[in-house]
Amino acid sequence: MEQVKTGRYDIRGLAEPDATAPKTAIVTGDSAEFDAAELSTRQVNLELRRLLYDEGIHDVTVRNPGAKHSIAVGILTRCKLLIDGSLGYFGCGLIDGPEIRVTGRVGWSVAENMMSGVVVVDKNAGSLTGAALRGGDLVVRGHVGARTGIDQKGGTIIVGGNAGSMTGFMMQRGRQIICGDVGAGMGDSMYDGAIYVAGKVKSLGVDCVESEFTDADQELIDRKFAAYELDAPSSFRKFVCGRKLWNYDSLEPNERKLVL
Amino acid sequence: MCGIAGIIHRHGCGDVGHEMCRMLQAMKHRGPDSTGYALYGQPSDLLVMRFKLADPNDGNDFSYGDRLARSRREVESRLAKIGATIDRVDGESEYAYRATFRYEGELKPLADYVEDVPGCEVLSLGHSLEIVKDLGDAEQVAEQYRLDAFTGTHAIGHVRMATESDVDIAGAHPYWAYPFSDVAVVHNGQLTNYHRWRRRLERLGHRFQSECDSEIIAVYLAQRMADGLSLETAMKQSLEDLDGVFTYLVVTEDSLGMAKDEMAAKPLVLYEADDMVALASEEVAIRAVVNREIDTYDPYEGEVMVWSR
Repeated sequence: MEQVKTGRYDIRGLAEPDATAPKTAIVTGDSAEFDAAELSTRQVNLELRRLLYDEGIHDVTVRNPGAKHSIAVGILTRCKLLIDGSLGYFGCGLIDGPEIRVTGRVGWSVAENMMSGVVVVDKNAGSLTGAALRGGDLVVRGHVGARTGIDQKGGTIIVGGNAGSMTGFMMQRGRQIICGDVGAGMGDSMYDGAIYVAGKVKSLGVDCVESEFTDADQELIDRKFAAYELDAPSSFRKFVCGRKLWNYDSLEPNERKLVL
Repeated sequence: MCGIAGIIHRHGCGDVGHEMCRMLQAMKHRGPDSTGYALYGQPSDLLVMRFKLADPNDGNDFSYGDRLARSRREVESRLAKIGATIDRVDGESEYAYRATFRYEGELKPLADYVEDVPGCEVLSLGHSLEIVKDLGDAEQVAEQYRLDAFTGTHAIGHVRMATESDVDIAGAHPYWAYPFSDVAVVHNGQLTNYHRWRRRLERLGHRFQSECDSEIIAVYLAQRMADGLSLETAMKQSLEDLDGVFTYLVVTEDSLGMAKDEMAAKPLVLYEADDMVALASEEVAIRAVVNREIDTYDPYEGEVMVWSR
């Protein structure tokens, strides 16, 4: 293993600007595996990048992630990742394409702004799960914290357990399928999209209303649950935007004055 | 931002000093300004008082040393005057001290009398609680105060990124719930009705040593418990009474509790096992003391939990 030089911060505040990939992965054919226990966040991400982009490997296993923050972020290629353990905050954020499975738990903001791909978390997740999600599937088999799918703009979030307060806050598109109970203020100020809930909803947020559950909705849930081998609860309720707050206008306020 | 952590051993003792240091050091990035510990050792019939006579930020002028020595003698003589039998007084750093003494009376008059000495602040008072806080990261503070060898039953700690008040020891957590024996609080968040509660509590005779909003929680809980509420009921009441965003941990002689506001805006990760409970703002802190794969979860909004040993 080559000696890794890690300065602390550069002038922009970037941590470890001099870090290099540790090259500790064991490569077998098209797959690779490495231990993250003794590596810094940046070294883990550099090693992932080296394997995926430079070595062209498409199946990587990361052992002992130890709840480090910001692991497996910004990966923009199709690949298969197995994170064997738990992640801290901002895990698997800003990705486009990967298929990631985390065998442990994740902290806040997992898969934030995912463009496409799949993230499956076997245990619980913290708050802000799938914040600003734009595409792909995010599956959490356990419980999730507050504000799941805040500002969601596409994709599907599936939760096997309960969800906290302000779930779907300001969501703009996409779907959430929650098998357990949901906390207060669900769907507050949502613009569009749908939230399916199998359990109890503590309260609905501003302008979130129940809507008719159609065959197409059932078909979607059946298809997604079959794909991830989840047990679907017998019935769901569907919640959407009540459109009372849809006061859109293509004109800016000062332009509107001119027209009038 | 700030980071908070707590650990309680449900059967017997552990190396809480070392464990809390590791937990807080793992969250150093959340608050590099100051670090504080509230540690519970073996209860004894002696009272333990941690106090400081100056702040590391204070000007170190020519009479600094003399002033400290004079103040220390004054504290000792006042303890004797109010009826305490001093066991020993140790200087933990040039401005922070640890005194053990025997005393049967009310704690409030004692604390008020001692704090009347110029520059003096009682950091903690109780039969097993010891609060240690200073500028610097967890390892620096632990080394300065030799906390690595501290064994005990439970502890909370705090790494601070100062937002609302000064970077000094007075603004550092944990806060002792003056004048209540063996109660301390750490807090992550901001309280928006601080001034209202401060005025209310000051009218009831409480003193405040800092401009830090978190001090309110400690004194608020102490007042509620003095009114006859249990710790858990007082914490539930605090969710109604305190405005803002907060997750706080509170410790008493035999229990550790957490409360999270209804917005759930401040994080907390919880690990519960038969022999111990550990909580922290980030899971990395728990991993620093539990070296195996564990199941953790985030408590939900408006939750109050209390564990006893």
